[in-house]
Amino acid sequence: MDAFLAGGAGARSLRHAPGPYFGSYGGRWMPESLIAALDELEDTFEKAKADPEFLAEIAELNKNYSGRPSLLTEAKRFAGHAGGVRIFLKREDLNHTGSHKINNVLGQALLARRMGKTRLIAETGAGQHGVASATAAALLGMECVVYMGAEDCRRQALNVARMQLLGATVVPVTNGSQTLKDAINDALRDWVANVDTTHYVLGTAAGAHPFPAMVRFFHEVIGEEAREQILAQTGRLPDAVCACIGGGSNAIGIFHGFLDDASVQIFGFEAGGDGVETGRHAATITLGRPGVLHGARSYLMQDEDGQTIESHSISAGLDYPGVGPEHSYLHDIGRVTYEPITDAEAMDAFRLLCRTEGIIPAIESSHALAGAIKVGRRLAEGVGDPRELIVIVNLSGRGDKDVETAADWFGMLDEDGNVRGTTLSTRTAKGAGTRPSAQYAQTEETQA
Amino acid sequence: MRVNETASKSAAAVERARAAGRKALIAYLPAGYPDKQTSIDAAIAAARNGADIIEIGIPYSDPVMDGAVIQAATTQALANGFHVADVFDIVAAVTTATDAAVLVMTYWNPVLRMGVDDFSRRLAGAGGAGLITPDLIPDEAAEWFAASDKYGLDRVFLVAPSSTPERVAMTVEATRGFVYAVSIMGVTGARAKVSSAAEAVVAAAHAAAAPRVCVGLGVSRPEHVREIAAYADGVIVGTALVAALRDGGVPAVGALTAELAGGFDQVGAGR
Repeated sequence: MDAFLAGGAGARSLRHAPGPYFGSYGGRWMPESLIAALDELEDTFEKAKADPEFLAEIAELNKNYSGRPSLLTEAKRFAGHAGGVRIFLKREDLNHTGSHKINNVLGQALLARRMGKTRLIAETGAGQHGVASATAAALLGMECVVYMGAEDCRRQALNVARMQLLGATVVPVTNGSQTLKDAINDALRDWVANVDTTHYVLGTAAGAHPFPAMVRFFHEVIGEEAREQILAQTGRLPDAVCACIGGGSNAIGIFHGFLDDASVQIFGFEAGGDGVETGRHAATITLGRPGVLHGARSYLMQDEDGQTIESHSISAGLDYPGVGPEHSYLHDIGRVTYEPITDAEAMDAFRLLCRTEGIIPAIESSHALAGAIKVGRRLAEGVGDPRELIVIVNLSGRGDKDVETAADWFGMLDEDGNVRGTTLSTRTAKGAGTRPSAQYAQTEETQA
Repeated sequence: MRVNETASKSAAAVERARAAGRKALIAYLPAGYPDKQTSIDAAIAAARNGADIIEIGIPYSDPVMDGAVIQAATTQALANGFHVADVFDIVAAVTTATDAAVLVMTYWNPVLRMGVDDFSRRLAGAGGAGLITPDLIPDEAAEWFAASDKYGLDRVFLVAPSSTPERVAMTVEATRGFVYAVSIMGVTGARAKVSSAAEAVVAAAHAAAAPRVCVGLGVSRPEHVREIAAYADGVIVGTALVAALRDGGVPAVGALTAELAGGFDQVGAGR
């Protein structure tokens, strides 16, 4: 079915799959009402992609606003726990707003401006994409509304405050499981009603065409930089590349740089939650089966009736029962290996990176780190000098937003939610209500 | 692909209404809300009080085209144990008890999960007229074309205010039964006024040679029915009936359907 597997001179590149279909995945499983907007977006994107002025605009913002290129840092002490192979971290955590999300958001916001739209809407799970969207809206002088599951608002209250500080309106979503998939549903409902003025900044490489190919395009810079940097630092390509997968945008961005390099093994790590055998996980490719959700055909966590199953993960950013269609294709053709990582494995890797490298990673990215430990140990088996092996991990975000979750996980909080030995509660806002605009306090009441 | 026009149950229902000097009234109710038997009783009450076509909605976990009232009802139906296969029993019960054509409205993933051919065979076996597919566009419907032709089922696709003339023409060509004209850019839900966009959507579909175009979204009152009957071939009411079922049970569904059907009389068309 695929030339890549056949190999040989005729093997076609996997790096620039244009959509709408990736094998049998992708497409547009969407209400007719939104098709015209998707057509307009596709047309605008295709023209922009070929427009040197647009590409220069993106490059300028990446360099002077986001802080690209992001570093490629060798994690020497961490590597001792990964079979002794050399581990390099692609530092998307150092981007402005603290994750890879800004790459996509700046691109889409510029496209929205080209389409004459003045309002951005977005969904967010962990809050990183919402913060990035609010940031881009502030930068370009646009209105911004972010839909966020009420459960996620509680888990990521600081990011709710960040978005509000940036001038965005955060709408807590109380439907369904109150997490990312429900936030996407409400964003789609908003979009269909306001499509003339509004662009929906989908935050991951999923959804209806052109979103998967377009979101990948804006994240391709991750893989292109990483490839160039590893060649400059080590003189060779890596043996393996690792990334975490929720919808899969950071992963497809870094994978892009290496998909055509047959010597590079590529790994995507899904959220295994309490363990895939418990049913409480978000390991869509590992245990799901193909279906349609949010506009694309892809692997999906669904029951026997085709109802979406609620996913579970300690990481709000990976807590999604779907996955981008290109990942489903890369799985089926065997180019990328997808494996689950449990909450416990991810949190062990989280702590390990903090203590060995002085870097607090996002819990999402900690899944990639935990996976890299396994991959490193596997690769090192029977190898004389494991330091001849190289693994790149996409460190997709920083962990500042996850400090409360981590403190709770590691038993650093007492029963009142205070950090042990202090009166620093993570639950009660100090001085809440002393300012007239206690907006989040109102939001919480609305949820109740 | 407009095979067997005469075999279309929903087309026949619209034409029967036309022959009677009025337009078709199409009533939406969710399957299994609040429970399976009550949803059957409510659909029968709607059919006996003036609905020409009954639209049975399959509750789905991610109903992106639905507003708060229908979301709440379908969420409750799922919580009360609804399973997709129940819809065939409901369709069979309503077709046996009434003369109404019974369409199923469903998001696409539950059909895919069962298998498009299996689902179609069972729907036809239950006496169903066909499917209304809010998140399936003709561009992605190859499997559904094959199965609907094989089992003689109607394919009700949607056209929207945002649809280009090319897409309207393509959708009309793909449709069997009637074209569902979305009156407004938005989700289901009762609105005070029918959008002024509705008439233009209907005109575009008629201009593309659609023999039957029915209007849905935001229709809740007899005066809406009267207004739409002036330019469309049928009127689709959903949220208002679901709210009636929620607040007043089966009798309220019958009463509201009769009241809505009265909207046709106000055009002077008589019954």
